Amino acid sequence: MARLEDIDLAERLFLKGYPFSRYAPRPGDPVSMAVAPLRKPLPQCKVALITTAGLSLADQPPFDTRNRMGDSSFREISARISPQMLEMNHRSWAFDQTGILRDRNLVFPLDRLWEMQERGEIGAIAPRHYSFMGSIIGPSRLIKESAPEVARRLAADQVDIALLTPV
Amino acid sequence: MCHQSVGLIQRAIEYTGITTVSLSLLREITEKIRPPRALFVSFPLGYPLGEANNTELQTRIIRAALALLSRTDIPVLEAYSL
Repeated sequence: MARLEDIDLAERLFLKGYPFSRYAPRPGDPVSMAVAPLRKPLPQCKVALITTAGLSLADQPPFDTRNRMGDSSFREISARISPQMLEMNHRSWAFDQTGILRDRNLVFPLDRLWEMQERGEIGAIAPRHYSFMGSIIGPSRLIKESAPEVARRLAADQVDIALLTPV
Repeated sequence: MCHQSVGLIQRAIEYTGITTVSLSLLREITEKIRPPRALFVSFPLGYPLGEANNTELQTRIIRAALALLSRTDIPVLEAYSL
């Protein structure tokens, strides 16, 4: 089990002092309070994956691991690729990357979704999925630009369900 | 910080009318961000789907996460039981 105590001291002290409450839901902020109930049975739903594992394809620019406030950009990942083609560029060494390097499905379970679709558990797989690098300390660009842009693209692809995975 | 980023992205997606669910490895952080639906999995950081190359476990976790989509008691933070 992951607990804050597992993370190295410097990072843990940072997390303890970080103003997470600033980003808690607020009644005046409709985005933070949004709830979209599922309108269809799962076997009719189109599913997309979003991860903050910093995965990207070889022909995409890697995430900027040197930006101290974090890189808020995202990479679009086609459903046609094999997850094992994804490369990993993550700023944080607070977690063990070896599992993901052996099996990208550990954080980007595209192969599992194809199997579930074949069995009829879900209806379809979105044509485009998205990867961020999670170590975003100053998230204002994420909130104002990149997260809404990904949301717009998912809506354009008529996605019903997004499954999000941190590392 | 990944958990905060996931929560913020999750809300932006939910706001466009798409139903979302996230996995969480750090309950303390997810409790502060309160995304609409999250499944807490008690695995180490870097292992949200449990184990590398364990197809069955990964599938069970995805099913448990998708099962939260029909819940109406938002926000939902449920623990995955092995």
